[in-house]
Amino acid sequence: MNERVSPVFPPAPWSVRTKRAARQAAMKSWLEGMLYLFPSLLLFGVFLFYPLGRTMYLSVFHTDYQGRPTEFAGLAHFVALLQDASFWHSLKATILFAVLTVPTTVAVSFGLALLVHETRKGIGIFRTIFASTMGMSVGVASVIWMFMYNPAIGIINRLLSAIGGVPASWLLDPDTALYAVAAATIWMNIGLTFLLLLAGLQNIDPSLYESARIAGMSYWRRLWMVTVPLLSPTLFFVTTVSLIQALQTFGQIDFLTKGGPVEATNVFVYAIYREAFVNYQFGSASAQAILLFLIIALVTFLQFRFAERKVHYQ
Amino acid sequence: MRAVRTAVHYALLCLCSAVILFPMAYALLMSFMDGAAILAGRLWPEEWTWANYEDAFRQAPLGRYLWNSFLVASVITLGRLIVSSLAAFAFVFLRFPGRDRWFYICIATMLVPWEATVIPNFLTIQALGWTNHYVGLIVPFWAMAFGIFLLRQQFKQIPHELYEAAQLSGIGNFRFFCRVVLPLSKTSLVTLAVYSFLDAWNMYLWPLLVTNDDRVRTVQIGLKQLQTQEIASSWGVVMAAAIIAMLPTLLLLFAGQKQLRKGLMQGAIQ
Repeated sequence: MNERVSPVFPPAPWSVRTKRAARQAAMKSWLEGMLYLFPSLLLFGVFLFYPLGRTMYLSVFHTDYQGRPTEFAGLAHFVALLQDASFWHSLKATILFAVLTVPTTVAVSFGLALLVHETRKGIGIFRTIFASTMGMSVGVASVIWMFMYNPAIGIINRLLSAIGGVPASWLLDPDTALYAVAAATIWMNIGLTFLLLLAGLQNIDPSLYESARIAGMSYWRRLWMVTVPLLSPTLFFVTTVSLIQALQTFGQIDFLTKGGPVEATNVFVYAIYREAFVNYQFGSASAQAILLFLIIALVTFLQFRFAERKVHYQ
Repeated sequence: MRAVRTAVHYALLCLCSAVILFPMAYALLMSFMDGAAILAGRLWPEEWTWANYEDAFRQAPLGRYLWNSFLVASVITLGRLIVSSLAAFAFVFLRFPGRDRWFYICIATMLVPWEATVIPNFLTIQALGWTNHYVGLIVPFWAMAFGIFLLRQQFKQIPHELYEAAQLSGIGNFRFFCRVVLPLSKTSLVTLAVYSFLDAWNMYLWPLLVTNDDRVRTVQIGLKQLQTQEIASSWGVVMAAAIIAMLPTLLLLFAGQKQLRKGLMQGAIQ
């Protein structure tokens, strides 16, 4: 973030007046500033900071079915979670899901962005097509993929049988369900990632490519020596965004597998949802939500620290 | 050699397009088939029928769901534009004690996943009596750190001399904001609007929690309803509903794609 070089301000009009007038002017500018910030601060306060604090509070209490704290629980919920095999299972499923989706989404989107980076006849159509999955909402994408995965009439098994493969019951088999949801997710997320990477590519100064070409570098060498380093801020940004998105996955799970079969796709947010709104264990669900918050905050923080050192900024 | 490279390039482009478009095309074809053809596993409808579309509107209040989604996403978008631009204006043009501290507090909200706050938020909305009301679907989403950040980047491009000149000629801050800052920031505002609309249209967990009445349910939840009810019998109806539900966002994306690409980068990098 490069701060604007602040222009020379005229001497504040109150500097020559009395202290009281200065205080009044400062008060007035403070009030005016706060007036502009008020809607944001109020909303953040009510719907973000208060609930975050409340979640922390609930996480150390036992609660009734309406979410009212009944009895102090201390760290009991956290201890119970750490001893619960199903919690570790959920954590593993979430990590595996992120590992399956994030690198693939970024790599595929990067490839697509490279394909449409150069201006050619009709390239606009391809750009629009590649970005189109961004217009697929979670519900739409999920019902379509659910149908494609249908063991009896879905296209995937029919194609597999046609080429002599073994049909599978994708979403119903604990060994394949998470992979199946991941594939659908990658498809859904390609649109936005592609669009951001294409924008990043187009921000690179074309004369740099020209010099590299004149220096006799091959396409792949140019890609590795010029494009990737210069695109690294964008690559880093889309990786972070995708990772955080993966950790927050909920919609496609609810549509496609409902966390099953045998908890194979019971990712973190789905587990929180079930604990709170199906089992009404608000205290224990809050403890999990706090862990989610810590994980995401840590990931964001670490990635930014890492990026500061490793990433080339123009 | 050059011709070969061009041919390979176009072949790759077409192949990738085919893979990406396949699920949509597949859904489109299925939506025009009758139940028997779908169960037989056909890929191309021998007889094209609109029956699935008629059923989608008749068996479920699909029109109502669409309208709800449209209304909720539009009002969320409008609110976000207003709330974010006001805050961004203060952060760029106004000088007051504590300004930068408030800015960091706003940016820090990006660290908090919505899901970590969803339980108390649900209880809040319940206490306010906002469940099954549009207001409960809309208001919690008006404040948006990303929006503030994106618009702040944009507002910083506006020459500060303009602001000084306005001050000297006695134009108030709010008038300067409405008459100068907003018109000069159209690109970023449109970007934020398109992004917000897509994001709000895509909301799933929250509407699932705070609505259980068809009158306010959004189309995402509607699809879920339809899928649960229809799954065994008529996939064609579900696919027809999916096609209709994807049209608004797809059209918006086609219209705003270029804008989005240029504008999002401003907020993302820099």
